[in-house]
Amino acid sequence: MSDKIRLEIVSAEQELFSKDVEMVYAPAEMGEVGVSPKHTPLITKLKPGDVRAQISKDEIETFYVSGGILEIQPSEVTILSDTALRGEDLDEARAIEAEKVAQEAMRNSSNEMDTQKAKSELLQAAAQLRLIKKLKGKVKNK
Amino acid sequence: MSSSQEIRTQIASIQNTQKITKAMEMVAASKMKKAQDQMVKARPYADKILNVMSHLAHAHPEYESAFLHERDVKTKGYIVISSDRGLCGGLNNNLFKKVLDMVTKDKESNINSAFGLVGNKASSFFQRSGGEVIAQTSQLGDKPTVEQVLGLIKNVVDKFLQGEIDEVYLVFNKFINTVSQEPEVAKILPISIAEKNKEYDFYWDYLYEPDAKEVLDSLFTRYLESLIYRSIVENLACEQASRMVAMKAASDNATDLIAELQLIYNKNRQAAITQEISEIISGAAAL
Repeated sequence: MSDKIRLEIVSAEQELFSKDVEMVYAPAEMGEVGVSPKHTPLITKLKPGDVRAQISKDEIETFYVSGGILEIQPSEVTILSDTALRGEDLDEARAIEAEKVAQEAMRNSSNEMDTQKAKSELLQAAAQLRLIKKLKGKVKNK
Repeated sequence: MSSSQEIRTQIASIQNTQKITKAMEMVAASKMKKAQDQMVKARPYADKILNVMSHLAHAHPEYESAFLHERDVKTKGYIVISSDRGLCGGLNNNLFKKVLDMVTKDKESNINSAFGLVGNKASSFFQRSGGEVIAQTSQLGDKPTVEQVLGLIKNVVDKFLQGEIDEVYLVFNKFINTVSQEPEVAKILPISIAEKNKEYDFYWDYLYEPDAKEVLDSLFTRYLESLIYRSIVENLACEQASRMVAMKAASDNATDLIAELQLIYNKNRQAAITQEISEIISGAAAL
């Protein structure tokens, strides 16, 4: 089908999604990209955030990725996710906890590596929280 | 001949051992199943990344990545994947022997070796046998994650990029089926991209964001991570399969031993009874 594009989301530990979709939105490093069918070949890194797959006009599925690589071919999009959990499965409490721990570590950190690690953990936790809030808002609006 | 009491204690102790080996066999069987599932789950990622790599072979990036750069080999790196625990037959030793063979051969042609080790068994073996260990990790548990080995991979890859290691080999056990596993050595660095497919042979290239170097290097790193993760999971399945077979053999041996001892015990008992009867009869005859 020409008006659809194949989207495959995989993480090293399992396959997460494999379907024909109308449009894909992904958090590329240089800003969010929207991919429609027959896109020119592109390859880029992803930053933590959510990937949205427009399956049909009113069906969108959301995934959280904590980074990875996005490859686009005219008829397929491949997302090699570092760790991707289903959006619905995200544990809000865990994200808040991780944020707290990360913040604490940042305050007390003594060496460069701890700071860097804490920073990236903070970034991920914040992205997870954003997604959860978004998902929650959607439920309320229905 | 030993007394009946002694034989009885011996039988009891073997029975206890047998209970343990039986339990271990069953635990290993279920863990093997889980490891195999994990192996299957890891496949899509590996396939996809290979797919992207083969697309890349047809593209014409202007950037020449250091990951692909072949050079004269002065030092070989080995990433050796072993189990944390023993009691799994000759699994680890067969693997280590293979590595040692290669290392000895290299030494003859003046090539040094360096090791990145996964698992307790490899750590203790290569510490004893000598050789430069650049990184090691262990205690991955029954459900290894990519995260656990990132440090090790980074260490080895950095050494390769800095030119301290010229080639990197991955050594692990390949899962053929439950009863057979084979040590496998695969060259992972420099990366050799798959053969070109004629169909794609027109000039094109990706758009790279932010730039080719950054994207390609992180793609290659992930490719290596996926290779190593997959072989760790595969090695885990091998470990459990091999343990299962070893424990089954141990349980069978215990059964044989118990049967033998039981026979001796019965013969002993029979002899004692016969002796008693003949003593009673001869006593009665004397009256």
